[in-house]
Amino acid sequence: MIDFKNVTKVYADTVALKNATLHIDQGDFVFVVGPTGSGKSTFIKLISKLIEPDEGEVYVEGKPLSKMSNRDVAFLRRDIGMVFQDFKLLDNKTVFDNVAFAMEVVRCSRRTIDRQVPQMLSVMGIEDKANNYPSELSAGEQQRVAIARAIINNPRIFIADEPTGNLDSDTAWEIMQLLELINKRGTTVVMVTHAKDIVKRMQKRVISIDEGTIIRDSRGGDYGFDD
Amino acid sequence: MIRGVLYSLKQAFRHGFKNKGMSLASIFAITAMMLILALFFFLTVNVSFLTENIKDQFGTIEVFLKDETTKEQAANMITSIKEMQGVENAEYITKEQAMEEFKTRWGSNAYLLDGLADNPLPNSIRITLSELESGDFIATTAASLPGVEDVRFYREEVGKVIKVSNTIQKGALIVIIFLVVVSLVVVSNTIKLTVMARQDEIQNMRYVGATNWFIRGPMFLEGIIIGCISAAISIVLSSVIYTRLCETLGEQAFQLFSASLVDPQFLIKNIIWIFFALGIGIGACGSIVSMRRYLNRKGETV
Repeated sequence: MIDFKNVTKVYADTVALKNATLHIDQGDFVFVVGPTGSGKSTFIKLISKLIEPDEGEVYVEGKPLSKMSNRDVAFLRRDIGMVFQDFKLLDNKTVFDNVAFAMEVVRCSRRTIDRQVPQMLSVMGIEDKANNYPSELSAGEQQRVAIARAIINNPRIFIADEPTGNLDSDTAWEIMQLLELINKRGTTVVMVTHAKDIVKRMQKRVISIDEGTIIRDSRGGDYGFDD
Repeated sequence: MIRGVLYSLKQAFRHGFKNKGMSLASIFAITAMMLILALFFFLTVNVSFLTENIKDQFGTIEVFLKDETTKEQAANMITSIKEMQGVENAEYITKEQAMEEFKTRWGSNAYLLDGLADNPLPNSIRITLSELESGDFIATTAASLPGVEDVRFYREEVGKVIKVSNTIQKGALIVIIFLVVVSLVVVSNTIKLTVMARQDEIQNMRYVGATNWFIRGPMFLEGIIIGCISAAISIVLSSVIYTRLCETLGEQAFQLFSASLVDPQFLIKNIIWIFFALGIGIGACGSIVSMRRYLNRKGETV
């Protein structure tokens, strides 16, 4: 599904990822953990080709990303849902429009959008917020909107960059239940996090990165760091 | 495909309307440029029309014949003149024909010539040149023919008119190019501001898999719409100005240059196509220049 082969990424003088090689299977649930600046975010940006490696190759579904044209990259991203710590919602659009926006981009018909968006908001438990703007929602609700937008087009991969970073523990756990649900549908989930308790509780595969090097790749929720 | 174009068009109008201050400023600036451009275009066309007219009128050699020169002698002279290199045509003009032409040229003042008791104009041979450069040789040769009173050839004057006309046309071309470049910069800046204002949206589009053209389409069309609106306004304004100019100055221009201004209908008909093409071109190129800075790098986010 996702393969890194000897991938190195350097920013100015900082090595963000050093000679990383790994494989993630379809349907896997993977936590990427490590201290701040260890290269976690670099790792997930490489999967969606938001950045390109300086050395090595990243493969998604067997296709080398470096060989992809701009158009291919656009289609690759339709298969990857992304959420971020700061949600990245459009403040001038309602909840409905924020989710519909993702469907417009892939040229879905208005009828399909009008049918599927309310269903998705209902699954996320925010169907009553459809006409609200992001600024009128709590952090947890905003993250649900972001997740709804990320999965509305049924991506095969779901990437989350510290999705619970701005949430209290109860809300964070609710969000994790949603991610578990998404994973159970067969979607590969790769989540960058600092939340040690969540990693331990979820009991999934954990990839630990420190100073750009993968220092551990284990199953069973072993966070591997003291903090 | 159609759905994509409609979506882009809808977005283009939406964003243009949302940034109406900037859109109006761009339309205003480009209209002003196009209006100046139109005036230079009218000037260039009229100058070149006038030059051609002067070339037709004075790019000929008039060979005035003595009163005693017979028609047969003139016919022989015409035959020998026609054999010379650089002569396109040579024709016999009677003194009566010459007087008629004179009256036509004088227009409303022609009545002054009615007071003449006798026609003072001589019979003549009018030589039309195929190349102006051979004119001096032909004029000298014609002057040496028996039965010739005098030869009139305005080579220097015609040469000067052509030179002035060329200078005006080159100057106008430089101004036109300059104005087109300025218009491109104006559109490019408008689209740049659109890109800046929509940076979050564009970034989100990228995350959810929008193709470059899905992002570019609305901005591209926004530039074209601005160009088209500016073209339409400047066509209307310049047409009104030129028509009024013809009504006011047409008579004086005729008296001064012995030629009328170019027909407004003809110019307006041409300017419609030229300006719409220019408006679309400026809008499209201005948008592309601006978007390339943000969207030309492979797979990178804005």
